[in-house]
Amino acid sequence: MRSVVLLMPIKLPFRSRTRSYPPDLWTKCPGCQEMLYEKQLEKNLRVCPDCGHHFRLRVDARLAQLVDDGTFGERDAGLESVDQLGFVDQKPYPERLAAARAATGIRDAAIWGTGTMGQHRVAIVVMDFAFMGGSMGSVVGEKVTRAAEAALAERIPLIAVSSSGGARMQEGTLALMQLAKTCAALGRLSDAGIPYLSVMTDPTTGGVFASFAALGDVNLAEPGALIGFAGARVSAGTIAETLPDGFQRAEFLAAHGFVDLVVPRAELRDTMAGLLSYLAPRPMARSIEGNGSGDGLLTRPLAGALAPRPREVVHG
Amino acid sequence: MADATALVGASQAVDDDQVPDATETLDEQARAEVWSRVQQARSVKRPHTLEILAAMATDVVELHGDRLFGDDPAIVGGFCRIEGRAVVFVGHQKGAEVEQNVARNFGMPHAEGYRKAMRLFRLAERLGLPVVTFVDTPGAYPGAASEERGVAEAIARSIQVMSGLRTPIVSVITGEGGSGGALAICVGDVVLALENAIYSVITPEGCASILWRTPDKARQAAVAMRLTALEQQQLGVIDGVIAEPRQGADAEPEETAVRLREAIVAQLAQLSAWDVDELLAQRYQRYRRMGAFVETTPISTPRPERHGITDRLRDLLGSSRGVLIGESGPLRPKAADDVDEPPLREDL
Repeated sequence: MRSVVLLMPIKLPFRSRTRSYPPDLWTKCPGCQEMLYEKQLEKNLRVCPDCGHHFRLRVDARLAQLVDDGTFGERDAGLESVDQLGFVDQKPYPERLAAARAATGIRDAAIWGTGTMGQHRVAIVVMDFAFMGGSMGSVVGEKVTRAAEAALAERIPLIAVSSSGGARMQEGTLALMQLAKTCAALGRLSDAGIPYLSVMTDPTTGGVFASFAALGDVNLAEPGALIGFAGARVSAGTIAETLPDGFQRAEFLAAHGFVDLVVPRAELRDTMAGLLSYLAPRPMARSIEGNGSGDGLLTRPLAGALAPRPREVVHG
Repeated sequence: MADATALVGASQAVDDDQVPDATETLDEQARAEVWSRVQQARSVKRPHTLEILAAMATDVVELHGDRLFGDDPAIVGGFCRIEGRAVVFVGHQKGAEVEQNVARNFGMPHAEGYRKAMRLFRLAERLGLPVVTFVDTPGAYPGAASEERGVAEAIARSIQVMSGLRTPIVSVITGEGGSGGALAICVGDVVLALENAIYSVITPEGCASILWRTPDKARQAAVAMRLTALEQQQLGVIDGVIAEPRQGADAEPEETAVRLREAIVAQLAQLSAWDVDELLAQRYQRYRRMGAFVETTPISTPRPERHGITDRLRDLLGSSRGVLIGESGPLRPKAADDVDEPPLREDL
C-alpha cells in the first residue's frame, strides 16, 4: 500500500487510506462459481440465491439478523487479550492482534450481550471468523463464560453462535484452559435448568467444537458449514485415510447424531425463537437442590450479578 | 539416546534456517533444551499409565468398555489401591514397543475412550472414590472414524463431567499433554506434571505448520508455546512439578513411580479433607481465573468507517489511479467478510 500512497495525485488529510475503498460490487460464489451482485447477496442474508452457499457473516450482520432491532446491549466490550507468553512467530502476537482489530473493527473474536428474540430475553455470544480465524483465546473464553454466568444469574437462555478455527495458539495452554472454563460454566447452567442453544456456522472446528459448541441442549448448524475436530488435511495427510463424502459438513454431523437440525439462514431466527418457546425456563423454576452447583451465583441478588464488574487484570 | 539425537537434530535445524525471522535472536541453547524435553516427553521408553501403576499401586483391576460402542485401548481405567487408599484411575496408554504402540493407537483415543473415562468418573463419584488421572497423549485421534463418533463432543462432555464431579480429582501429566485430547481427562483439583512432561494447545509441529507454514520450525514453536512443565507451572496452568530422577523417567521408572506415588498420596490426603461443595467451588475457580486479559473502558471501539463524501472522492481518485497504473489488485484490500476460503486448520 505504501507505494500506492506515494503515487496519489492529491493527498487528503483525512482518515487512513487503507480502508477507504468500497467493497467489491461483485462476489464470486465458491459454491457455484456464479458472480453475485453484492447488494443482492446482502439482501439474501449473504446466501447464494443460485446454489444456497452460506457466506460467512460478520458479527454485526449476525446480530442484526437474530436479535430484535434495538434490543441488543453489548456487555464486557472492553476485554482485550494480553500477550502473556510473549509469543512471537513470524510476527509478535500483539501486532497480529492490532492488525486484526484494525481490519475488523472489533476487539476480539467474540461479542456477547443481551437482547430479545421475539418474546424471549436471551444472553447471546456471536463469534467472528474474520478476527484471527475466530480463534478462542482468553477473551473469547471469558466472554462465553460471562455470558453463561449472566444467563444463570438472570435465568435466561444462552445462545452461542460459533465460527472458529479452534483455540488460539498464540495464547498456548491459556487458550486450552478456555475449553475447561467454558465447559464448567455450561455445566452449572445445565445443572440449574437453564437452556443453552448452540448454533454452529462455517467453520466450527478444533477447540471451539470440542468445548462449548458441542454442548448445546439443542445444536443447530447452517447448511454446508464445516464442523469438525481436526482439519481434513490432518486426517487425510497424517493418517492417510480416505474421507467420506461431505466429511465434516453440517449434514454429515446431523447424520451422525451431533446436530439436531440443519437450518438455512433465512429460517434460523424463527427456528431459534420456536425452540426457545419450549426451552425457555419457567420464570419461577427453581434449581434442583444439591446438584453440585454450590456457586453462590444462584443466591446472589440479581442487581449485584448484573452490576458492571470492576476493572481487573487476570493472569493465568 | 533420544537426548543425543534431539541435540543433533536441533543444531542441524538451526543451520538450515536461512530465512531470518523474529525468533532468530533466541538463544539456540534454550531451543535445544526445550526440544530435548519434548523428545523425552515423547520417548517410548518412558513409563506409561499401566507401568506406573504396576510400580506404585496394588490390586490394579482394569475395567473395559464405554457401554456404547467399544473399548478404546488408548485409554485405560479401573480400580487400584495407592498406599492402601482405593481410587479410580484413568490414563492414556501408549505402548513401549512398535507393535504394542500400534495396538494402543500411539495413545491417541477415539470418542469411546473418553466415554469410557466418563463412565468411570461417574462410577467413582457414586462410590465416593477419588480419581487419579495420568495424561500422556499427542492428542485425540484425528481420523474419520473418530469424527463420525464425535470425538469433539466426547472431549467437551468429559471436561464438563470432570469439572462437576463430586469427588476429588488429581491429574498428573506424565508425558505429552497434547491439546484437548489431554485436557479431556486432565480437569482436576490439582494438576501435577513430571519434570520432562509437556503441555500444549497443539503439537509443536502443528503449530509450526500453521504459523510458520512449515513443520520444520517445530523447535521455535515449542519454545514460543512455553510447553515445558516448569513454564506451565509459572503460567499457573499446573500446580506442581515432580522432579524426575537424574537419568530421567525413561531410565529409572521405579524411582519415578515412587516420586509420583508420594506426590499423589500427599494431594489425595489433603483433598479428602475438603467438603465436596467447597471442593467443587475451588475447582470451578481454578479454571475460572485462567486466561490473560485486561478490561479497558470501551469508549473508542473502532467501528468500520462510513463512506462520507471525502471518502468517496478519495475512492474515485484512488481507484482510477490504480487502474491506470495497473495496480488494481493491491488497491483493493479485501473486506474481511469476503474471505471465504477454507479456514486455518487450527485444530485445537
